[in-house]
Amino acid sequence: MQQVFKKSSLLTDTPFHYCPGCTHGIAHRLTAEAIEELGGNQGVIGIAPVGCAVFAYNYFNCDIQQAAHGRAPAVATGIRRVCPDKIIFVYQGDGDLASIGMAETVHAAARGENITVIFINNAIYGMTGGQMAPTTLIGQKSTTSPAGRTAELQGSPIRVSEMLATLDGAAYIARVSLHDLKSVIAAKKAIKKAFDYQVAKKGFSMVEVLSTCPTNWGMSSEASMDYVKNEMTKVYPLGTFKEIGL
Amino acid sequence: MSERILMKGNEAIAEAAVRGGCRYFFGYPITPQNEIPEYMAKRLPEVGGAFIQAESEVAAINMVYGAAGAGGRAMTSSSSPGISLKQEGISYIAGAELPCVIVNMVRSGPGLGGIQPSQGDYFQSVKGGGHGDYRMLVYGPSSIQEAVNIIYKAFDKADEYRIPVMILGDGVLGQMMEPVALPDAIDVSALPKKEWATDGTKSGAERRIINSLYIEADVLEGMNNKFKALYEKLKAETAHETYLADDAEIILTAFGITARIAKSAVDLLREQCVKAGLIRPITLYPFPSDVYAKYAAKKNVKKFVTLELNLGQMVEDVRLAVNGKKPVEFYGRSGGNIMTPEEVVREILKRI
Repeated sequence: MQQVFKKSSLLTDTPFHYCPGCTHGIAHRLTAEAIEELGGNQGVIGIAPVGCAVFAYNYFNCDIQQAAHGRAPAVATGIRRVCPDKIIFVYQGDGDLASIGMAETVHAAARGENITVIFINNAIYGMTGGQMAPTTLIGQKSTTSPAGRTAELQGSPIRVSEMLATLDGAAYIARVSLHDLKSVIAAKKAIKKAFDYQVAKKGFSMVEVLSTCPTNWGMSSEASMDYVKNEMTKVYPLGTFKEIGL
Repeated sequence: MSERILMKGNEAIAEAAVRGGCRYFFGYPITPQNEIPEYMAKRLPEVGGAFIQAESEVAAINMVYGAAGAGGRAMTSSSSPGISLKQEGISYIAGAELPCVIVNMVRSGPGLGGIQPSQGDYFQSVKGGGHGDYRMLVYGPSSIQEAVNIIYKAFDKADEYRIPVMILGDGVLGQMMEPVALPDAIDVSALPKKEWATDGTKSGAERRIINSLYIEADVLEGMNNKFKALYEKLKAETAHETYLADDAEIILTAFGITARIAKSAVDLLREQCVKAGLIRPITLYPFPSDVYAKYAAKKNVKKFVTLELNLGQMVEDVRLAVNGKKPVEFYGRSGGNIMTPEEVVREILKRI
């Protein structure tokens, strides 16, 4: 019998705990597949964030460090000094990366840390129950912006990819989405490329993944995909923002 | 051991750390500890190590977490406000059972306080400091030579117990110069491999996870009890010095730089026929409670006087150890002021 598909060996057999319609599972799978497709046997170390993906250490089949909220890029920096030749990936959500951990993110990029960051932007705090994130859209309701976010009251959403692309240490920065099959395929390609940059020791690489949170958005899975496609991509345009060349 | 050379405290501590096997240092500028990161920036690349000036104290301690978790001998240093910022990371390091060394060259507080010496960080060093139920192995050296000897062995202690080790110094210890003999450098390549470290070499059932999250109450309680047992075991490291204490009627007690002042005061008091002695804790956690209990039970001991560069912190541990058997009094200076031996003598004479 011809085998046409198999689960990445970089994923464990533990079932994901994520809510129905959440795209964390797809992002995990793409990350695992991209690393596996690099070939070679360099060894992999992952860093799990605080947030819904805190249990990433249960899912990725490699050595993993769980980091304090927002500190994953600093933890990765420390690991990198001890392990100069391993694949190191950081998996963070928007609250973790762009709010409490913004300084660690910016400075890891500025130092050109040779690490790959998978940045899940679902415009909300998932695990804590739907509070406003730095990436929450104008007008979007959350438990801490119950009337909808306004620029006057809560400030405007932060476009992290565009911001990091201005830094010389950033080698590859792209924003992708997971709202349909075509976008998933494009996301996979971008994530693979980010790891190619790391293997080539070119510096900091990050892929921002526009993601869903049906539970805290109060939407069906299908409506959540449409929200990403129709609303989020307007504020967060897809594309490559930095690519220094391999 | 090399011949004795004159060195500034911060630089001697940094060199002794390298000789004790430190290869990764992550720091951030703050007075009065700047010579430690400056020395490491120059020295670590010479021995194949790495120095990073982090974007913040918070980032620095989390870099220590990462490097220690990957199996490296990692260290950071700071001074009081910076140590406050590191507390979250120290709690994670304790919770994730990672070994590392932290130097705190204490300055006066609270808030931005001042840059002059203080012992105001005793509480945050020995009572946990960050969130949750944890302890560190905390040393309070009173000379540069003692600080050198302690930090040289600190990485071994950290590895043995998988615990953060703190050297609680102060602005005086960091900034003054004293003759020191530096120990020979260890061979880091001969250190045992840390099988628990996430060095990227394992997957499947053998993979390693560095973590402090235990969502099930019973599992976390199991970890807490494991830590409790570890801290019991840590009591084997308890160290202290006594000076003319055996026939003493009044026992002065102090740690760090204050203990040297107290020692001079004991000599001056003895010249005036006052039977004074000294107990100097070398480890602040574990605290040498048994020594105090022993002296408190002696008939000749009339009282204890705790001397500190703060408003009274270690005195609480002394009182717990003495357990009401004898009076425990306190004299302290703060704000960056340092008491003189003569000042201590005047205070003691008022109390007998």
